[in-house]
Amino acid sequence: MTTIGGKKREKIDRLAELAARDEERGVSLWQDAFRRLRRNPAAIIGAVILTIFVLVALIGPFLVPYGPTDTMGIREGLIKPGVIPGSSSEHWFGYDHQGRDVFSRMIVGARQTLLVGVVATLIGLAVGVLIGGVAGAAAGLGGRWGRWVDSTLMRFIDMLLALPSLLLAVSIAALLGPSLTTVMIAVGMVSVPVFARLLRGSMIAQSNSDYVLAATSLGVRKSKIAVAHVLPNSLAPVIVQATLTLATAIIEAAALSFLGLGNPDSATPEWGVMLADAQQYLGIRPELAIYPAVAIIITALGFTLLGESMREALDPKLRK
Amino acid sequence: MALLDVEDLSVTFARRGQRTVRAVDGVSFSVNAGEVVGLVGESGCGKSVTSLAIMGLLPKQPGLQVSGKAVFDGTDLLQIDDRSRRDIRGRDVAMIFQDPLSSLNPVVPIGLQVTEVLTRHRGMRGEAAAKEAAQLLDRVGIPDPKRRLKEYPHQLSGGMRQRALIAMAVACQPRLLIADEPTTALDVTIQAQILELLKDLVQDSGTALVMITHDLGVVAGMCDTINVLYGGRVVETARRRPLFRQPRHPYTVGLLGSVPRLDAGRGERLNPIPGSVRDLLPWPDGCAFAPRCDRRVDACIGEPPELVLTHDGRSYRCVNPAPLPGLTPGDEVRTAVPGPATPGSVPAQAVPDEPPAVPGLAAAPSEEETP
Repeated sequence: MTTIGGKKREKIDRLAELAARDEERGVSLWQDAFRRLRRNPAAIIGAVILTIFVLVALIGPFLVPYGPTDTMGIREGLIKPGVIPGSSSEHWFGYDHQGRDVFSRMIVGARQTLLVGVVATLIGLAVGVLIGGVAGAAAGLGGRWGRWVDSTLMRFIDMLLALPSLLLAVSIAALLGPSLTTVMIAVGMVSVPVFARLLRGSMIAQSNSDYVLAATSLGVRKSKIAVAHVLPNSLAPVIVQATLTLATAIIEAAALSFLGLGNPDSATPEWGVMLADAQQYLGIRPELAIYPAVAIIITALGFTLLGESMREALDPKLRK
Repeated sequence: MALLDVEDLSVTFARRGQRTVRAVDGVSFSVNAGEVVGLVGESGCGKSVTSLAIMGLLPKQPGLQVSGKAVFDGTDLLQIDDRSRRDIRGRDVAMIFQDPLSSLNPVVPIGLQVTEVLTRHRGMRGEAAAKEAAQLLDRVGIPDPKRRLKEYPHQLSGGMRQRALIAMAVACQPRLLIADEPTTALDVTIQAQILELLKDLVQDSGTALVMITHDLGVVAGMCDTINVLYGGRVVETARRRPLFRQPRHPYTVGLLGSVPRLDAGRGERLNPIPGSVRDLLPWPDGCAFAPRCDRRVDACIGEPPELVLTHDGRSYRCVNPAPLPGLTPGDEVRTAVPGPATPGSVPAQAVPDEPPAVPGLAAAPSEEETP
């Protein structure tokens, strides 16, 4: 099989070795992006926030000082009309209107919040990638028929996009009846158009690239090109968007809970529900609203910081 | 019979509200098995569109019209259905592109991209495919092929990427290889290596090669037969040696004359062809090159010049071709273009009826052309 003359081969080998020397470190695209991510302070801050958040959500409920549904304040007669005791050394964040320990409820609520955010984003991602992927592949690689498939799917996406996101979520939640699953589905559906459009656009752009032409010129089938070549190249912006969507999903889930469309069992602590409950007592204990609000903001900020940094790290224009 | 016979190939792009562009206008040429044929011309003369049309890779859009014939081994590549075209691509006819970085998928390791072709056309899978892929990389001169298979395109140098692409193209030992400016994106030292590699592959396997380039140095070093394109038509066809010794079409003369020379004096100016490709006359109105031509005569305008076949097997499309040096030395003084401008400065008494160069041999022109 070896067909090049010995001497020439040696020469070529030597030259190639020289050319390859400074590229010794074997890194993939993702490793490369990760390296750049680590150098970005915003990414570090985001990652630290999220790590703490996830740790709290996972192991926090086992470490809380009081039961989150224990109405000890009422039992001990501390809660009277117009009086809610503030923070103390035993109860760091004080009591809520039903005499429950707010600190414990905050920590246990993190788990619900994370669960809703992640599941909602996954639902949106799955549906969006499916629709956007089919539309993108059809528009980019299919012929006349492909364009028809693409425009049909995209008109459906446009319909979803035409409604304000919160209104859409409220309608879906109202349609399915208030429950945690409803919140997840509603918030997920709201993010579907973003994922679908993003992936479709990315795939169409990639379909015009030289490597698709090269693969076509080697006789590779269209379906294989779509799945093995175009899709992996188009996913980066979608993954970044998923991180950013986690932030909005948490906010939207809180908003739905705030509107009373969340978990009907209000005893289960959830930041949005806590925020909704606190609004009646803003005159007495405004900090009851501030704790969950700040927690939601910080978590959303963590996801946003990490997402934006990932967008930068994965940007092919910045890649050498 | 030739391996590939392109006959009267025309490609037009029509867009509503825009001028119809005739990118390729009746191009004919043929490629014999084992032969290296060059398509030469400036940017925009239709070289790449010709190759894409032959491969059926032109973007399917309304307004695209391809006519003529491209007969490969008895089948007209322009007439077959998509399925058989996909079968032929990569197996019988393969193509190498200009930019090796963008022609490789950035997020897929090299190995997968090579085995993909093997799986598609030779039904190889798993271990066998990986082994064959390593052998292919080895064959095109990539050291440590086993490791390279797992690497991504951005980890390879430009030359290695082009080698990997060549490996993919020759994976099924195609009978025809089309190289569309394979060395344009590489630096000069790597260019030479890649050209050597292509030459070796072609000589060893008897693959025919269509070399598309604007680089006359590449042509001089590799091609057996050369077709010079201008404005979508072939304006001159000749074997390599006669073309460099005695270019007949003024455009070829201008192309050769515009190659910078190392032995030129310091103050000497470069010799570009005046004007640009955009200044062309539509062929029906005369010779497309006439607006830029310094041998223009009245007969150039009015109707397109016919293809003139000369007794030594070459042809040109010109009513007032450059004179053969040695026969009419006086003409050399009269023309502003420095006659046969091969940098090695061809002796004036060159024999006009020199037999065509033996393919693959004759290193002389390449030394003359690449200073």
